[in-house]
Amino acid sequence: MTNQLKTKKNSDVCLSTKGIRKVYPGTIALDDVDFNIYRGKVNALVGENGAGKSTLMKIIAGVVEPNQGTIYLNDQKIEMLNTRDAKRKGIGIIHQELNLFKELTVAQNLFMTEEKVKYGVHLDQKEHYKKAREVLNKLKQDIDPNTKVRNLRAGQQQIVEIAKTMLQENLHVLIMDEPTSSLSNSEVEILFDIIEDLKSQGISIVYISHRLEEIMRICDYVTILRDGEKITEAKTDDISISWIVSKMLGRDILNIEMGHEIQDKNILKAESITLPKLSGGYLVDHVSFSLKRGEILGIYGLLGAGRTELLETLMGLHPEVDNEIYLDNKEVRIKSVAQQIENGLALIPENRQTEGLVPILSVRKNMTLSNLKRYTRGIHLMSDQIEKTISAMIKDLSIKVADIDLNMESLSGGNQQKVVIGKGILTKPKVLLLDEPTRGIDVGAKEDVFKIMDELADRGIGIIYVASELKQIMAVSDRVLVMSKGKITGEFNKEEMTEDKLVKASSIGHSVKNS
Amino acid sequence: MKDNLDKKEKSLFNDLTLGMLLFKMRTFIALIVLILFFSITVPNFFSVRNMFIMTRHASQYALLAIGMTFVIISGGIDLSVGSIVGLSAMIAGGLIKEGLVLSMFGVTIYFNIFIVILITLALGITMGAFNGFLVSRFNVPPFIATLGTLYIARGFALLRSGGETFSNLTGEERLGNTGFPFIGSGRILGIPNQIWILIVIALIAVYITKKTPLGWHVYAVGGNEKAAKISGIKVKNIKMFVYMFSGLMCAIVGLVVASELVAAHPATGESWELNAIAATVLGGTSLSGGVGTIGGTIVGAFVIGVLSDGLVMMGVSEFWQMVITGLVIVTAVIFDQLQKKAEKKAAIQSNQ
Repeated sequence: MTNQLKTKKNSDVCLSTKGIRKVYPGTIALDDVDFNIYRGKVNALVGENGAGKSTLMKIIAGVVEPNQGTIYLNDQKIEMLNTRDAKRKGIGIIHQELNLFKELTVAQNLFMTEEKVKYGVHLDQKEHYKKAREVLNKLKQDIDPNTKVRNLRAGQQQIVEIAKTMLQENLHVLIMDEPTSSLSNSEVEILFDIIEDLKSQGISIVYISHRLEEIMRICDYVTILRDGEKITEAKTDDISISWIVSKMLGRDILNIEMGHEIQDKNILKAESITLPKLSGGYLVDHVSFSLKRGEILGIYGLLGAGRTELLETLMGLHPEVDNEIYLDNKEVRIKSVAQQIENGLALIPENRQTEGLVPILSVRKNMTLSNLKRYTRGIHLMSDQIEKTISAMIKDLSIKVADIDLNMESLSGGNQQKVVIGKGILTKPKVLLLDEPTRGIDVGAKEDVFKIMDELADRGIGIIYVASELKQIMAVSDRVLVMSKGKITGEFNKEEMTEDKLVKASSIGHSVKNS
Repeated sequence: MKDNLDKKEKSLFNDLTLGMLLFKMRTFIALIVLILFFSITVPNFFSVRNMFIMTRHASQYALLAIGMTFVIISGGIDLSVGSIVGLSAMIAGGLIKEGLVLSMFGVTIYFNIFIVILITLALGITMGAFNGFLVSRFNVPPFIATLGTLYIARGFALLRSGGETFSNLTGEERLGNTGFPFIGSGRILGIPNQIWILIVIALIAVYITKKTPLGWHVYAVGGNEKAAKISGIKVKNIKMFVYMFSGLMCAIVGLVVASELVAAHPATGESWELNAIAATVLGGTSLSGGVGTIGGTIVGAFVIGVLSDGLVMMGVSEFWQMVITGLVIVTAVIFDQLQKKAEKKAAIQSNQ
């Protein structure tokens, strides 16, 4: 089945990179990556979160500068100075995050920095309107170019991004980073038509997506990245989805043994949790589930499936929507974060740098941030008691830190994460919500985190564990819920779960024709 | 499915249009209500003469607020405007009164008024450029950068005369520098020059914001700086521009004020930056950047101008005036937040 491609005649390749390396403080984002974009084809780039796909694309589009390596366009070595330069060379990119000006109109967004001007300064609004109409018609979108982007649905905003690149003159290479993540099914079909159309014009396309069905349907070539390295490249005709999954995940190097026991007693029951989206529909769409004492419940899904939002809603970060849960079979209305902490919930947020920690404060201050009340008499902080508790926690979680008065910034990612977990545990939770707790930390620290989860579960704490890494979530969880588009689309017990089943469930609602 | 959505949107649109529109025009309505109120309660308020006087006052706030609007739309703030007004007035006054003393040649040069104006305008732009330089090249937060300039400019204004006032700035026939008072007190076609200046500047500012790439880029930088950078906008240059434009406005106001009083006092313009910010915010410009109109700002400036003049004519004490102005500003921002909340709620409801 597998078929490694030899580098073919160069004329087939429109753009290629050789030996690209990009280092960020603490991580190697890309290491010696050779990537080929075939002329007039759709080239898929696949990998787990953090594999380096977006970074590679940003390098090709002139947004990020590589530390090493060269880029060849039509066999000629080129220097990519900045985004303007890349545009001039015919490279267009649709970024994963929308880069739109929400308070400006569609036409303004489309022509930003490419304005049509009369007499040197005067904007030719009529021309903008006309051209914008044309391109939107071509995309089969009935959007008035004079509407503000803010008033468009997420899918429509995505279409505006696509329209922007289509206005680019002499486009050779179009990079699409997760273009379908916010599109409805009919919009995806339109996008695929557009892609076919661009292909027939000889434009080479790079297509990044987590939805493997999409890739099998529209892509000609697949390149797989894992942990910043290129693993392999293949023709789509020669491979299958499970082949891609296996190459993407690689060997399981984690050594996890879970030994906790699940008690037969519900600790949390959520019924019909909702969170509406401003631009239409739901981020969390009537989600119901239950959690037992000592159970680790995994929640798997693609980016934007609503997993983080579900945890946030449970934690009381969105009190504007009425939601109710049962804790220990007692009904609780979600009113505020402080109250939810009081009720026995603790959240370890996805983004520890911005939400989990105050980086310039010490380990001591960070760890006691959400439970200072416990160590206070009147207005007096009892330092001795704090010291004792923290020392115990540091030993418990095997955090490597010389002094608890050191800044958080001086700790490694893994140790920072353990401090955040420690902070959560110190509030004595009944239910612990972990959002991507192992993102960006090394293997050893990952194993430690799992060991901690195991121990906490054994003490009777219910754990909800959100993750994007398939192998990990399957190894750690007693049960996995799969979310897609805000809904639960699958539930699997330990015995039932397989990689293929989880991947399939995660793309329900995005279903593509012929699949 | 799509039809359904359209229908929903339309019905929502109909229900909310009139109410929303009135709500959105609230500052303008407030201005009209203010004028009506004072016209009834204060004799002689509603007269051509008084309207001219009030417009002259308001136009000074409005000019500063126009410059401030550019800065705030781009996501910044300019605290130095009042001080630059004072410095501009002192430099213009000094050039007329004492001329440019070149001690090494033992001569003193007296410039023609036209040259004095050009020098003063150039000075305002330079001070603005200094702000822009600090903000765009050294990443100094705008609040701090312009706070520094506030002190620097005021210090130089005081240094220029040792704290004294340059009075009687009529110029002398034999020195060829007469005509300065014409800027602030003269009339063309029976309308005070100050009003002409405001009209011309306002038209230019509206043109820039609505009809030039530069204007779009200012909104883009304030609305989403990262996206602006990725789109290839020269963010640093845009920031330079907005502060320089604000500096230019300060110089114009400095000239107008000195000319109107026929005197330049180093404390001219003290705390005027606060009026300018207040007018801008009253006019609907968001302090977080990316949103705002010149028209709104001018209405905001007139609300503040009419309010203070009207209260003076009513005989309300200066202290109460401050309290009332403060309340008006806070109320305006509360309404802004209410509007945002209402819009958010409407958006959520329309989707359910």
